[in-house]
Amino acid sequence: MRCRTRWGICDVSDRFSGLLLRRADDALVLGHRLSEWTGHAPSLEKELALANLALDLIGQARALYALAAEKGAGEDEDSLAYLRGDREYTNLLLLELPNGDFAVTIARLFLYAAFMDPFWRAAAGSRDRDLAAIAAKAEKEAAYHLRHAAEWLIRLGDGTEESHRRAQAALERLWPYTGEMFEPEDEVLVAADVCPEPAGLREAWNRTVDAVLAEATLSRPAECWMQSGGRAGRHTEHLGHMLAVMQSVARAHPGAKW
Amino acid sequence: MTEARTPLWEVFLRSRTGLSHRHVGSVHAADAVMALQAARDTYTRRGEGLSIWVVPSAAITASDPAEKGMLFEPAASKIYRHPTFYEVPDEVGHM
Repeated sequence: MRCRTRWGICDVSDRFSGLLLRRADDALVLGHRLSEWTGHAPSLEKELALANLALDLIGQARALYALAAEKGAGEDEDSLAYLRGDREYTNLLLLELPNGDFAVTIARLFLYAAFMDPFWRAAAGSRDRDLAAIAAKAEKEAAYHLRHAAEWLIRLGDGTEESHRRAQAALERLWPYTGEMFEPEDEVLVAADVCPEPAGLREAWNRTVDAVLAEATLSRPAECWMQSGGRAGRHTEHLGHMLAVMQSVARAHPGAKW
Repeated sequence: MTEARTPLWEVFLRSRTGLSHRHVGSVHAADAVMALQAARDTYTRRGEGLSIWVVPSAAITASDPAEKGMLFEPAASKIYRHPTFYEVPDEVGHM
């Protein structure tokens, strides 16, 4: 079923497109957040590193949007990225939160990459060949993101008194948003081996997180009530503001070309 | 970012076609692992490298630029050390 939304035609009933859009929205939203550090990073090395991470994620988003558009989810990758409103975005709430300080930025990247690394590795065996190809490329990027974020988190946690305090505070702040990563994927796609079941990756995630936190001398936050809603388009107040900035040029100059 | 917390590291890259590592620049980093990551992020963004070395800049002993006359000028007049100084007889053919 194709339905007209506020910003155009978007086929939301197609299960596969739904999967692609969820993963593409995750990558684009975090990619945009990381790109916000450009011009503000504490050193030239960090500046380039954060921009590299952002470009990896935006590249993943492009490939996923392009495939979704091919499957009829929208006109093209640009219209999916720039012409949908916040209620049509299905990214994880974790990824739309503001960058905060450097510790929050690193902790978020770590918590997400610790999930996406095994997710993409499993998705590389997808029955859908296009998704498998995207996953195989994304897995190498996610593996580096995980290593990069883990090394930083270890140094922030096991660094100065202030960096330890900030890293622990970042984990406490983000922890209620980690449960959403493990919410069930589309059961039909999982049963057809198109996509891995997120709950099955929880143990791998726990192992990675516990090992790195131990080395970082940080404590794992207590289990708590988990935030939810991003997959259904119910977002925090932050996403609308982020999209307003991200989409402003595309909306002011519709169809403009470089 | 103080120099004491994040000292300087020299970065050497071996390219796809190169046989040896070449000096490409330097990065600031807290330790060797972070220096390697910073070097990867700073100097291999366009597919330049297949292998990276990082070396603490403090570990390099360098010649004094003020002594370049003493060190290097004596070689300038010894043009017979270049193979192009010699004329190869035609009979030798390809060398």
